[in-house]
Amino acid sequence: MKWVRNKLDQARKPFEPGQKFEKFAPAINAFDTFLFTPNHTTKKGAHIRDVVDLKRTMITVVLALIPALLFGMWNTGAQYLYQEMGLANVTDVPFWDAFIEGAILVTPLIIVSYVVGLTIEFIFAIYRGHEVNEGYLVTGLLIPMIFPVDIPLWMLAISVAFAVLIGKEAFGGTGMNILNPALTARAFAFFAYPLYMSGNAIWVHQGATDSISGETILGTLAQGKSVAYSFFDAAAGFIPGSVSETSTIAVLIGAAVLMLTKVGSWRIIVGGFAGAAVMGLIFNAFGLNALMQFDWYMHLVVGGLAFGLVFMATDPVSAAQTMKGKWIYGFLCGFFGVMIRVFNPAYPEGIMLAILLMNVFAPTIDHYVIQGNVSKRKKRLAKAKAKLQTA
Amino acid sequence: MSKDIKIRKGLDLKLKGEASNTIVTASKSSIYAIKPADFHAVVPKLILKEGAAVKAGEPLFYSKYDEKVKFVAPVSGTISEILRGAKRRILEVKITADGNSDAISHGKVDVATASADQIKSLLLEGGCWPFIIQRPYSVIASSEDTPKSIFISAYATAPLAGDPEVFLADKKDAFQAGITALSKLTSGKVHLCVGKGSSLKDVKNADVHTVKGPHPAGNTGVQIHKIDPINMGERVWTVGAEDVAIIGNLFLTGEFKPERTVALVGTDAKEADRQYYKTIIGANVSSIIGEVDTDNTRIISGDVLTGDKLENNQFLNFYHNTLTLIPEGNEYALLGWLPFTRNKVPSNAGTSFSKLLGGKREVDTNLNGEDRALVVTGEMEEVMPMDIYPLQLIKACMAGNIERMENLGIYEVAPEDFALIDFTNTSKLEAQEVIRLGLDLMLTEVG
Repeated sequence: MKWVRNKLDQARKPFEPGQKFEKFAPAINAFDTFLFTPNHTTKKGAHIRDVVDLKRTMITVVLALIPALLFGMWNTGAQYLYQEMGLANVTDVPFWDAFIEGAILVTPLIIVSYVVGLTIEFIFAIYRGHEVNEGYLVTGLLIPMIFPVDIPLWMLAISVAFAVLIGKEAFGGTGMNILNPALTARAFAFFAYPLYMSGNAIWVHQGATDSISGETILGTLAQGKSVAYSFFDAAAGFIPGSVSETSTIAVLIGAAVLMLTKVGSWRIIVGGFAGAAVMGLIFNAFGLNALMQFDWYMHLVVGGLAFGLVFMATDPVSAAQTMKGKWIYGFLCGFFGVMIRVFNPAYPEGIMLAILLMNVFAPTIDHYVIQGNVSKRKKRLAKAKAKLQTA
Repeated sequence: MSKDIKIRKGLDLKLKGEASNTIVTASKSSIYAIKPADFHAVVPKLILKEGAAVKAGEPLFYSKYDEKVKFVAPVSGTISEILRGAKRRILEVKITADGNSDAISHGKVDVATASADQIKSLLLEGGCWPFIIQRPYSVIASSEDTPKSIFISAYATAPLAGDPEVFLADKKDAFQAGITALSKLTSGKVHLCVGKGSSLKDVKNADVHTVKGPHPAGNTGVQIHKIDPINMGERVWTVGAEDVAIIGNLFLTGEFKPERTVALVGTDAKEADRQYYKTIIGANVSSIIGEVDTDNTRIISGDVLTGDKLENNQFLNFYHNTLTLIPEGNEYALLGWLPFTRNKVPSNAGTSFSKLLGGKREVDTNLNGEDRALVVTGEMEEVMPMDIYPLQLIKACMAGNIERMENLGIYEVAPEDFALIDFTNTSKLEAQEVIRLGLDLMLTEVG
């Protein structure tokens, strides 16, 4: 450890203030602080500090994503081989064959996402003279997980660049963005390259157009066909879809990690599922068409709803920031997510649009919650004044 | 009418290095200093020059904007140095003690019969006025004001802070006299907040409230908020527990006797030395701790959350009852960001087992990370027991938005109320500093 430290200290020398590469200090700092939590001590304010920092928080989210990611790799490979081999069940595909095949398909997406995104982050950190924020560690992993596996890499790269540049840096960087960057990337691709982002052929690697297995449940429903998957299949995730959003169980493991570590707001997650269930029940009660009749509990496990609510809606920067606001925000994310699914079959993935919509309205929700506090204070002042006048 | 307060939000940091309850007399300091920086927003105007002989209680300087408020010598001796910093700002007025206890006598005053004006003028003349802190703004009270209530907290919840129950044990008469005196200065009441089973609950001329809950339950800010919240335009005063006894003593004896009991705490102080020391305000810290290796040990006048960093041979803060020595955390931690590692560092976060494991912790001054953009939400609310939105108030202060600060309750807070936010927040934001700057802005703009 000491040896590594000494080498690092040597490597840092040209980056110190007054030296040749002074401007590039954020770049070397990012590597250095990744290896070592720095020896900085408190200069003002409280003399002691909590062990938590943004790196720890962000890495926790990455850890929470791992179950969904690993399952996604397996499922991507399994769906492909299942179709290739013409097996009876997805689960009949040999486990390691499926996993390795999936890993080969998914890893390039992750690499492209990280390389493109982090490059932009580093450039902006150096340009703005601040440290590299860790937020992209999460965003960079989320993006490939919510894309179809066959997205051309250059499209992915452009979507990532759009999300980081326009979605985040244009607003002032980490902590300032209005929309969730990962969803911004997906929404960009969704509208820019609809052929690669929707339809029935894209959800399985080299999916055949006429094959029913190539479709997502939401796509099937939108066409008015009946769904061939059971609740268990959908919850476990043995279905086609974006890379890692299919398994509600894997997502819920991540949700448990986020909620227990208080990194993700349990209010948003619980509120979100409640909102989706309520909207589903309302539709069931009317039941005017096949989409409306789709059981409310199925809504919770199909598509990206769970993934979106757990990993995207909880992004603290773009979500509501007050406690009450989080309940309202989460509830409406789920509520509108199911509503968009049912009312607008052209956009079967409603949760993405619902969360982006709620991202925009989160400050408004907070405004009204805070206004409650403000008017309480004003009432107290008025009461005190009235008391003073009578006295 | 007493009102018991129970708060749930907050955080009790259980640290190693607490002081035993014995009180000893500290060795006499040869030099004492009054530091204008301890009196926030006071611009000092010197009365005496370097080399002048002073008696205890003799005014050294007064406040430029409130000339009646005088700052007096804690001991008799000669002014040996007036230390100035950048822009000739006065940093320390040092007095070399002559070892005599010559003090200016103002004559005894019976607090029970004295009028408010009498009490006020003696406090101002006798050098006790600076003990009175006003909210809003957390500065020394204006001598023109009449507050709607006065709050005294005799319940210390800050980590390792000196316990008023200990240092007031033999000062009950003076404490009572001080409370009686203060009770004449307010249009409302004096509120004394104590912990459960306190020996001070029979104090007269004050409403005594029992406070329960984690830190910051002992902060007057929280107590005011729960008992008699401050509205725009109102003034509430707060006085430290031992300071009340010093005030009481002024009336009982007619002399300014700034006796200060200081708890020496923290893991870098020897266990045998960790106890209460009787000394005098402005004493040199070396009279208590000698010389320490400040490269590896931090000397803090005050508690670990709100105290001032000191060097060797510097002087105690005017208001502090605690002297903390903790190790400097100037060390690297390999992969220190890994969740659920470094559980020995106290933490309020879910990504550490620290809270689950419980027990007392050693702390150092490592920042445990770096400054980052404000990303995480909801963590500040966990340690803020007031009905205030901390993140939004902090942002309003950063933006200097006066109306929004007002709306969000800037008048009710002091920097110390945000000390736990300094500690817990992921982005390593200096919340106390931001609030202080916000309050300063309000002070100049609204006043």
